[in-house]
Amino acid sequence: MQLEYFQLVDRILAIDPDARKITVEAQVPQHNTIFEGHFPGHPLMPGVLLIETMAQTSGWLLISLLNFERMPFLAAVKEAKMRTFVTPGQTLTVEAAIAHDGSGFAVTDARISTGGKMVCNATLTFRHVPFPNPDLRGHMETVAKRIGYPRQAAT
Amino acid sequence: MMSSTFDQVATIIAETCDIPRDTITPESHAIDDLGIDSLDFLDIAFAIDKAFGIKLPLEKWTQEVNDGKATTEQYFVLKNLSARIDELVAAKGE
Repeated sequence: MQLEYFQLVDRILAIDPDARKITVEAQVPQHNTIFEGHFPGHPLMPGVLLIETMAQTSGWLLISLLNFERMPFLAAVKEAKMRTFVTPGQTLTVEAAIAHDGSGFAVTDARISTGGKMVCNATLTFRHVPFPNPDLRGHMETVAKRIGYPRQAAT
Repeated sequence: MMSSTFDQVATIIAETCDIPRDTITPESHAIDDLGIDSLDFLDIAFAIDKAFGIKLPLEKWTQEVNDGKATTEQYFVLKNLSARIDELVAAKGE
């Protein structure tokens, strides 16, 4: 995770376009100023960042299914549950699947686990629109390459 | 007997947006009368899509309204929305 750049997904492990599912990996940093305040002597990954991690994971799935032609933006968070603490240094496995494919929007079910145990889950709604400018699309393609986006996953 | 499309839509709106069911009529405009915003309408579209096995073409409708080719009444007055749903359901079976 590059918390300073709000890039929370480190590596795409698998995208299944047919099942409309994605699995990614995210490593919580061992040291970060966030943990100095959240909380002193008891560092915890903030729940909102776990939600964002699930949102970004869902976003990569949607970008893939939309052939890098549209950009998803988080619109609603439902049924988010923080089931256990996430601490510095943990490796997270994040999974997301399409729950509904609407017109200009999509709903995903996402979950994070570590060591085989689910730590949080949520249902997320996204609006998606054509990329507002070529720069953003170029940026997303660059990041996709860095985190191991499999080009053949594009449908 | 199957409840009418309007009844199903009204129930979905009442449950999704916490609007008293008896205030929702076929003449109600989802946006102007019921005060449903575009984000809440996504939840309604989600529920309608699931309930009727269709995909409300929200993007197309929005584009038509923005281009002045249609009015919001054509899609968002509930009797008209219900008619559009019936058309989509019928088209699915063709």
